[in-house]
Amino acid sequence: MNIVEMQHMTKRFGQYVANDDVSVQFQEKSIHAIIGENGAGKSTLMKMLYGFHTPDKGIIRIRGKEERISDPSRAISLGIGMVHQHFMLIPALTALENIILGDEPTRYGSVLDIRRAEEEVISLSEKYGLTLNPRHRIQNLPIGSQQRVEILKILYRKADIIIFDEPTPVLTPQEVHSFLTSLENLRAEGKTIILITHKLSEVFTVCDRLTILRQGKVVLSCEKTETTPHEVARLMTGQDLPPSPGKDTIRSEDKTVEFVNVSSRSRISPDSLKDMSFYLRRGEILGVAGVEGNGQASLIQLVLGFQHPISGRILWKGKSNIPSAIAYIPDDRIKNGMISDFTLQENLLLGRHKELEFSHRSVFQRTPVNAFSSRVLSEYDVQPGNPSLPIRNLSGGNQQKLVVGRELTKDSELVVANQPTRGLDIKAIEFVHSVLIRERNRGRSVLLISSDLAELLKLSDRIIVMYEGTITGVFDSSATTDEELGLYMTGVKRQVTS
Amino acid sequence: MNSPIFQLAFILQVLRISIPYALPAMGATVSERGGVVNIALEGTLLISAFATTLATYLTGSPLIGIVCGIFAGVITSLLHSLVTVYFKADQIVSGIGINLLALGLTKFCCQLIFNSSSNSARIVGLETWSFLPNYPLLNNPFVPIAVVLLIGENFLLFRTRFGLRLRAVGENPEAADTLGINVQKVRNAGVAICGIFTGLGGAWLALDQHCFTDGMSAGRGFIALAAMIIGRWTPTGAVLASVFFGFSESLAIQLQGSYGAIQFFQIFPYLLTMVVLSGFIKRAVPPAADGIPYEK
Amino acid sequence: MIKLPRFRSPSLRNAISSLLAVIVAIAISTIIIVVVGKNPFEVYSIFLRETLGNPYGIGQVLFKATPLMFTGFAAGICFKAGLFNIGAEGQLLIGAFCTAIIGYVFAPLPPVILVPLCIIAGIIGGGLWGIIPGFIKATFGAHEVINTIMMNFIAAGVVNYLVGNVFFVPATVHTPEIGINANLPRLESFATFFHGSPVNLSIFLALGASILLQFYLSRTTFGYEIRATGLSQDASRYARIKTSRVMIWTFFLSGALSGLVGTNYVLGYKHYFELGFSEGVGFIGIAVALLARNNPIAIIVTALFFGILEYGSLTINVIIPKELANIIQAVAILSIITLTKVFDRYQIRLMEPAK
Repeated sequence: MNIVEMQHMTKRFGQYVANDDVSVQFQEKSIHAIIGENGAGKSTLMKMLYGFHTPDKGIIRIRGKEERISDPSRAISLGIGMVHQHFMLIPALTALENIILGDEPTRYGSVLDIRRAEEEVISLSEKYGLTLNPRHRIQNLPIGSQQRVEILKILYRKADIIIFDEPTPVLTPQEVHSFLTSLENLRAEGKTIILITHKLSEVFTVCDRLTILRQGKVVLSCEKTETTPHEVARLMTGQDLPPSPGKDTIRSEDKTVEFVNVSSRSRISPDSLKDMSFYLRRGEILGVAGVEGNGQASLIQLVLGFQHPISGRILWKGKSNIPSAIAYIPDDRIKNGMISDFTLQENLLLGRHKELEFSHRSVFQRTPVNAFSSRVLSEYDVQPGNPSLPIRNLSGGNQQKLVVGRELTKDSELVVANQPTRGLDIKAIEFVHSVLIRERNRGRSVLLISSDLAELLKLSDRIIVMYEGTITGVFDSSATTDEELGLYMTGVKRQVTS
Repeated sequence: MNSPIFQLAFILQVLRISIPYALPAMGATVSERGGVVNIALEGTLLISAFATTLATYLTGSPLIGIVCGIFAGVITSLLHSLVTVYFKADQIVSGIGINLLALGLTKFCCQLIFNSSSNSARIVGLETWSFLPNYPLLNNPFVPIAVVLLIGENFLLFRTRFGLRLRAVGENPEAADTLGINVQKVRNAGVAICGIFTGLGGAWLALDQHCFTDGMSAGRGFIALAAMIIGRWTPTGAVLASVFFGFSESLAIQLQGSYGAIQFFQIFPYLLTMVVLSGFIKRAVPPAADGIPYEK
Repeated sequence: MIKLPRFRSPSLRNAISSLLAVIVAIAISTIIIVVVGKNPFEVYSIFLRETLGNPYGIGQVLFKATPLMFTGFAAGICFKAGLFNIGAEGQLLIGAFCTAIIGYVFAPLPPVILVPLCIIAGIIGGGLWGIIPGFIKATFGAHEVINTIMMNFIAAGVVNYLVGNVFFVPATVHTPEIGINANLPRLESFATFFHGSPVNLSIFLALGASILLQFYLSRTTFGYEIRATGLSQDASRYARIKTSRVMIWTFFLSGALSGLVGTNYVLGYKHYFELGFSEGVGFIGIAVALLARNNPIAIIVTALFFGILEYGSLTINVIIPKELANIIQAVAILSIITLTKVFDRYQIRLMEPAK
């Protein structure tokens, strides 16, 4: 029986269509995976089911009855629970307090009945095999236990439909194993599980059914047994590769930057680097493929010099001194790449304000600053190009053009581009792509981190695949496919290092 | 055992000095556990001391005075939560504004009513029991009331549904909101309870001195804030720190005349607070969402 | 729903919300005047006549406004860097004390050396006192609000001790007088217009500081780093701005500006340091800066407004208690922060398309 039916769901954010006529059915007592790349519309679909987003169109039926889910508390009362990617837990409170919050058992109206609560939580945790000491504070619990608290929070509210949004990237391999086991326990106890994921290995271990989304549309919805990992990887990424733009052949073997057995430390274990080695040549675009959270953040911090390796070496043109300027296009432009309240001109100076040509004895010189800003604004086609306008008034694409222009006009041999086209429209994407290739052809080295495989295949000369902090494969981009990369990204395959 | 610090009189003095620190410190603990920084304690003390004085003066009943003091404390706190919880404006600036308002308003009213901006007419103190005639403080209901309030506050914060929700909105209002808790309502209640405690503290000041004098809170609101921090945002810790401050101040009075001792003991609580905040002793960690207005 | 105009220019929006806050404060003060049974027209006409209606009153207003300019800059520059300095009161105590002691100890030096020396003493004293909470914040991450409050009390304790035990004139609460060479002339010695009022050359120091500060913030790389740090620490770090160093330096500047208050009072007016002289100008400086949206030029205007209140309240004291000024100031503070929020939310609603 279908416990949840979502029909013709459509959701737009401004011009952007996140879900386009999506229909999915979820069977009772099954584990159903929703698979797709970043931006494919998985989270949007589930947030509509959980009442975070209101659909523009579409019908939701729960247990056969049509429902309007206006907010999360409505979803909870319908027996739907969601474990978010970022846990909604209160670190200073105990596991028990977190679980019962908002639905506390009481005596005399308002006195907490801790004993009853504890008995209830312990019996739940035993029933579903979610081992936990309810008296521990969240801040002292490992991530895996925190996730169990989130699950118990939902079970305590008697939900029988549980949505997990990318639950495993934050877990260690052992925690992943026990998490997958607990999913099976939940199914055995009659719960329906919806699992949003990237990792095909998980899909093919525990799931019964799967639905693949691409660009807001369903491309496949079937039983697990009706498909193969290879087919899923192919459908996830799509095959519509645009023709490769004109690239010169690499003439140089000079290494701009080289990582030699670099390991790093990070608070979240999967995001540190483990013994990573690679190099980037002059006049080359090196693509970094991988599901987010597999060490890319650490890689960037190390390249930019904000973090230092705990072992191994980073060589710059064979030496160990970091260059003074590195062009960096950040993934979160609004947070890290610009200051919304600053004008275009002030934003053009961000990180470049100390360059000698712009100031004399620390006083900004109008002539060179004005010349620089009008040059970048026109060269990079920022619209409207009025340098005294606050940047917050510009569209995302124009903000990104400004950031790209500011960074690429830096005197740096290395360009680090972190998801440089995320959230942009097609014209802006084409623009960013063409300038990255132009810079490569001029002899610069580009490190391109992207979750868009089509983009990586189009732009890169070589591609390295990161999985859990290491490189699982190095490919010549003309000799690989998105399907092959997908297998390495999801940990299904791994090159044997020589 | 003739050392002055072992004499009952000394202990009584410690208690007497500690009460107006401990009450607002306990109040601030409730407010900050709910995520609202309340540096308006100083002004709240003043306003409620004045309200107590005025009501006692007009009715001749210190009990009515106390009730009015508490009422004034709650009203002042609700002004703070109107600005910071409802309008979500900055909690520190609001506190500064209310402190300034209290200073001006009390002197303004004092001048109008008592014809002097610096002190009021004399009022009667609290009627005391008489089982220990030599030690009036022990016959004063404020000490047992403070003890009962301390036990009550611990119970409220850690054993009731309201307490759990209050701590939750002070740590992570977003998480509490997703579980259907009305963040604004819970925070308002926390600030109002702070007003009750602080109002009682102001009432004590007025009744203990038998009059209102201008600026009579004399930094006690800030010392209470310091006590709350040193007490690591727990009611018991806040009270112990208040008593500790009372002790060091009494010691300074005992050592009257010795060079610089008074000033040292005056600045001691503040120095200690800075040391604790910097993490030189065990680091004091405030509630995670303390001071941050919650905007959906 | 009422249709309100949409203010595209943020500076116009700021000016309007500041003006509205002032109007709210004056409205409430009018209500208070009526409630206590006085005639507001009478009160306000005396108030205006005695402050702006004659040279002496203008001189007094300028004198009262001078320290508020300094503490307004002090609060404003910290706000620009995203910092909260409520320690101006302590910083100005230490600064003014240093000014007075240097003026006393080095009394024989000629004025061209002694006056700058005294001013520099105030800058360094206030600045060093200010640097402490900045350093603690940058190094240990402890929030500056509580630390600056605590340091106000510590400063008061320290000067109480020094004035009471080390540098004192028996039976007073002030230090010995500074040398005559350290005296800063009153404006009346250049312009008889100001005859009798204590306004002195320090006001030019404040005006100069305002222009310098505006230049510093808008045209220099240091000012740029301060503003960037205040608006986005994340983006600043990626721009390789050393945000910790910026915070410490800004706190020094802020303390130094507070320290200049002593120039007005010690060098230009009383010629000694007296306990309790500041009357809370450190706190009112926060209101001055808020109302001026931290713009150094606008701070001059709002400080003058608060100066009018401070002096004007004295002139109406016979009719209505002078504390009315504090009430107006307090209501202005509470209104400006509330109105700003209301305006911002209203503006956001206009920017977003209707759901």
